[in-house]
Amino acid sequence: MENTIITFCAEITLILLTLAIFFAFIRLCMGPDPADRIVALDLVSVLIVSYLAALSIYTGEKSFLDVAISYALIAFLGTVALARFRERLARRGPDGKYPPENGTAREDGK
Amino acid sequence: MMAWVVGFLMISGGIFCLIASVGMLRLPDTIIRMHAATKAGAFGGGLMFLALAAFYMDLSTILRSFAAILFLLLTAPVAAHLIGRAAYCTRVQLSERTQIDELANVCDWCEQQSACEPDPAFIEKPPEKSF
Repeated sequence: MENTIITFCAEITLILLTLAIFFAFIRLCMGPDPADRIVALDLVSVLIVSYLAALSIYTGEKSFLDVAISYALIAFLGTVALARFRERLARRGPDGKYPPENGTAREDGK
Repeated sequence: MMAWVVGFLMISGGIFCLIASVGMLRLPDTIIRMHAATKAGAFGGGLMFLALAAFYMDLSTILRSFAAILFLLLTAPVAAHLIGRAAYCTRVQLSERTQIDELANVCDWCEQQSACEPDPAFIEKPPEKSF
């Protein structure tokens, strides 16, 4: 009885999470700005972490929890790297040189 | 009894994740979208890890899933801050219904300097000498 309830709920949750990843992926494909894509990628990684947790309940395999934690670590690093990269592009001047010659951007870190 | 708790936590976590991604799809502007993605997404993930802790009910799993929740709650605002800063820096298109843009006159790190000349009313004047 208990196993039936948990399996049923886990199936519903996996379906909901698959739909959620699909919607976020649509935004990832059509986002008008690169920042939209970074936000969508961040959401997709959080959704995959939740998916791994639900999969761990569904299959009864404890090691998916470790996979989820390490994936969350790597995904955070990826998001931070992408956001820093985007911001550094913004700090360059319109001529693309760094530091810009016409002084449109402040020197980094000062 | 525990099965109902696990099922409830799991399905509500799934619903919150779905709400986050529907908000991602429907909201009008990058910074508003970030609001949906960060808060509802992190909350849904946290509920899912709570369900995991309630399902296994042993010490190591509970500790690890609480560590995962703590990590999600710590990293979500940091990532959101960095992405929002990058988005604002690159002058992302704000929604038409934006009423106040409080940083419009104070930033000096954006792409077009001409777009963010400081408002003369906000520049601090040097103190007058009394002697």
